Amino acid sequence: MSALPLHRRHGVRLSFRYLIAALLVVIFCFPVYWLFIISFKTPDEIFAFPPVWYPESIQFSNYKVLFKDGDAATVGNSLILASVSTFFAMIFGTIAAYSLVRFKTGGENLAVWIISQRMMPPVAIVFPIFLLYVWLGWVDSYFGLIILYTAFSLPYVIWMMRGYIEDIPLELEESALVDGCTRWEVLWKVVLPMARSGLFATAVFTFIFAWNDFLFALVLTRTEVTTYTVQVTHYFGGQSNFWAKIAAMSVLGTIPVFFTVAVMQRYLVRGISMGAVKG
Amino acid sequence: MSDLKITNLHKHYGAFHAVKGIDLDVPSGEFTVLVGPSGCGKSTLLRTIAGLEETSSGSIEIGGKDVTWARPRDRDIAMVFQNYALYPYLNVKDNIAFGLRARKFAEAEVEKRVARAAEMLGIGHLLTRFPRELSGGQRQRVAIGRAIVRDAILYLFDEPLSNLDAQLRDDMRVEIKRLHKELKRTMIYVTHDQIEAMTLADRIVLLRDGLIEQQGTPLDLFERPKTRFVAGFLGSPKMNFVPATLTAAGVKLADGTALELPGRSGLKAGQAVMLGLRPQHIAMAGTHLAKGHVRVPVVIELVQPTGSRVQATMPLGGTSIIAELGAHDVSRPGEKAEIDIDMTRAVLIDTTSDKII
Repeated sequence: MSALPLHRRHGVRLSFRYLIAALLVVIFCFPVYWLFIISFKTPDEIFAFPPVWYPESIQFSNYKVLFKDGDAATVGNSLILASVSTFFAMIFGTIAAYSLVRFKTGGENLAVWIISQRMMPPVAIVFPIFLLYVWLGWVDSYFGLIILYTAFSLPYVIWMMRGYIEDIPLELEESALVDGCTRWEVLWKVVLPMARSGLFATAVFTFIFAWNDFLFALVLTRTEVTTYTVQVTHYFGGQSNFWAKIAAMSVLGTIPVFFTVAVMQRYLVRGISMGAVKG
Repeated sequence: MSDLKITNLHKHYGAFHAVKGIDLDVPSGEFTVLVGPSGCGKSTLLRTIAGLEETSSGSIEIGGKDVTWARPRDRDIAMVFQNYALYPYLNVKDNIAFGLRARKFAEAEVEKRVARAAEMLGIGHLLTRFPRELSGGQRQRVAIGRAIVRDAILYLFDEPLSNLDAQLRDDMRVEIKRLHKELKRTMIYVTHDQIEAMTLADRIVLLRDGLIEQQGTPLDLFERPKTRFVAGFLGSPKMNFVPATLTAAGVKLADGTALELPGRSGLKAGQAVMLGLRPQHIAMAGTHLAKGHVRVPVVIELVQPTGSRVQATMPLGGTSIIAELGAHDVSRPGEKAEIDIDMTRAVLIDTTSDKII
């Protein structure tokens, strides 16, 4: 090495770094690529050996089947459940967080108790909830799952929003109060705009939690409001696995999250770091 | 008519008694400055007037209406905060219009008023900017704009200039004084800066430990302080305090120097007192000794020129005092000089009660 002039040595090191980086990109991206590419393959191509690294032609028949059989509707179910529960969790959670911060509701301990609810392993409560839902007649209904997802997300929303609201200078709110706003107007016109980044970041994570939920949906749904996560498992059969359907369904399940994160990226980065560093 | 009437106001924070029974009457159109050292309760008092802090006991009337338990929005007040309290997500125009829109003013009226306030403050060209694009002074103008755009009975200012640098602070002080002359509104202004208090106020209310120490016009407080605290708080450089003992004709300092006090009768000889001398009332010895003055030889210890004047430190009766002398009167430490003290302006303070005799 010492024989090489300084700028050459620097160049070697740089290309080495690029090589490592390229390798990592391939390792991380390959599974995603493979998922997408399987969803466009014919059954022959899927099982071909050596593997077909890229299909001759892109064909959508795997997706057509999902839409024709109505399987794709489960993605719609997930979308409805995740969006509506996120919407309600954000509304109630933000109001509760504001109350905790500004009025010290419940003293110091209530906030800790609330977040402790989030520590509960879902599997510990899913069967009692199932029995309760059977009794209430809420099993396999949008209503039941929305209530559950909302309740399960609330501690997280409250905890996160509490941090963001604490960072808002009190003077801004006081100024609005003097200027003629009610508390509700202060929440709407000052707190929400000020906590906007945090609000979006929290909403994205809340949405993704409900979107990715498998356990509650598995236990609490039958046929009416099956989510896409549960639907995917239907393709694992005793005799055979329907890889084409699994892949296509997984792609359908990935796209909404992918777009949400892509669109919200600006807020996500700011929102996450906003809570981390005060002021 | 008085726009603000406070009766026996108390404010507790748990065990801490921040405001300890304040009575205050502010007539219409007056510029009242609440001043005092930090922790004296002046900001708490202002925030209680605004309704941002709950009253512990006592009553507050604004515009003849009892508002002790009213919400801030129902008090007919406007307020300028120390940290400007501008909404970063609204531009200047929307910031100024915020209060009017919250009170459901017609948009045409909002436009008119915002334009007028902006013109008055010289920020008409900044209306589309956002707060982060403004300098500190511009932000402060917008904050003031937000207050004056409304027709409130009472305008409250909570240390509005304390975040600005010295030069800007002087400019904004002039601006606020001009606004008061133009608007003729009742303003209550909190500051810890005695120069702001002296220059702005129609009336100064000097607070100490949650109580009013003394109130009156700036000159009244400056020339006729009732306590040692008032005498020491107002004026720059501060009043000098020299321990002394009363004699039949005047005072005797610790080192035996006797100073004659003209026109004083009924002094109790032998009583321990503080002699209060303002730096402005000490001058270099002239060709003849003016009536009521005493001449004392001193050795200059320290010289601090301010340009137009020089602040000279020197020992007097065992204590270091500061005298404000002419710019060329003294030039270096160690210099011997003679000073004339105007004893007619000197104050005597009872050392046990700290009251002026």
